[in-house]
Amino acid sequence: MGNVVVWAVWVVAAFSCLASGIAVVSFTNPFFSALALIGNLASLAVLYLLLSAEFVAAGQVLVYAGAVMVMFLFVTAYLGGRADAPWAGGPSWQQFGAVLAAGAILVEVIVVIGLKAGGRLSHEAKIDGSFGSPRQIGTLFLTDHLLAFEITSVVLLVAAVGAVILGAHSRRPGTTAGVIHEREVRARP
Amino acid sequence: MLGPDIVWYLAVAAFLFATGALGVLLRRSPLIVLLSLEIMLNGANLALIAFARLHGEASGQIFALAVMAVAASEVVVGLGLIVAIARKRIDLDVDKLSFLRG
Repeated sequence: MGNVVVWAVWVVAAFSCLASGIAVVSFTNPFFSALALIGNLASLAVLYLLLSAEFVAAGQVLVYAGAVMVMFLFVTAYLGGRADAPWAGGPSWQQFGAVLAAGAILVEVIVVIGLKAGGRLSHEAKIDGSFGSPRQIGTLFLTDHLLAFEITSVVLLVAAVGAVILGAHSRRPGTTAGVIHEREVRARP
Repeated sequence: MLGPDIVWYLAVAAFLFATGALGVLLRRSPLIVLLSLEIMLNGANLALIAFARLHGEASGQIFALAVMAVAASEVVVGLGLIVAIARKRIDLDVDKLSFLRG
């Protein structure tokens, strides 16, 4: 009985995950694409829960579907989100190449997974109830993976500083943004 | 384990990655290119967490959290670039953004 329920949840989550992923790529309006990505992230969080990664699922909903997507929606609303039809003007050689390359990546990944790990993928390790709990993740982060933890904080700091520099539109001569601005003004026809 | 085998999760991850790659290659609006990049990163994250469950080793989940932080920083810088480009009244089309060509 429990198995059937888990299968049903998996089928719904995986289907909505793939459908919203395709919707992100095919919607013309960036605002609708961003909304579809929120659905994609939420259904991925359900898949993470099924893989007993509770903390990552919570982080996914909070960080991604919460913070990152709100920022995306703000920027899309700010820029007006002009429509961009993916298939406008019939298929060109570029679009043909894009579909071909994406299909090649898919086939490649599936073949590699099948060849390297085909037989071993149905024997999961035994886990106890604390697998993926906040306590275990926190312990791992502050013992075995302390360096990764610190480097992550540096990466986030650098990204924040970079965003501030990109957003500051200083026109004063001498500053980096001012120099870039002058160069662009000169290059403009 | 209840429910489907790990290989089904990996199939979903592969499809997600291919969908994201298609979006990156196909779309011309930089906003949607960024969204498709997020899909690719999430496909990789799903594979990481599936393998973490397969081996009963939570380090894969640590890696997924690090990927999440990198994705957040990437979105911050990417959106900052897009806003800076739009403020210069340049068309938001990745085919036309060829300023840095030598």
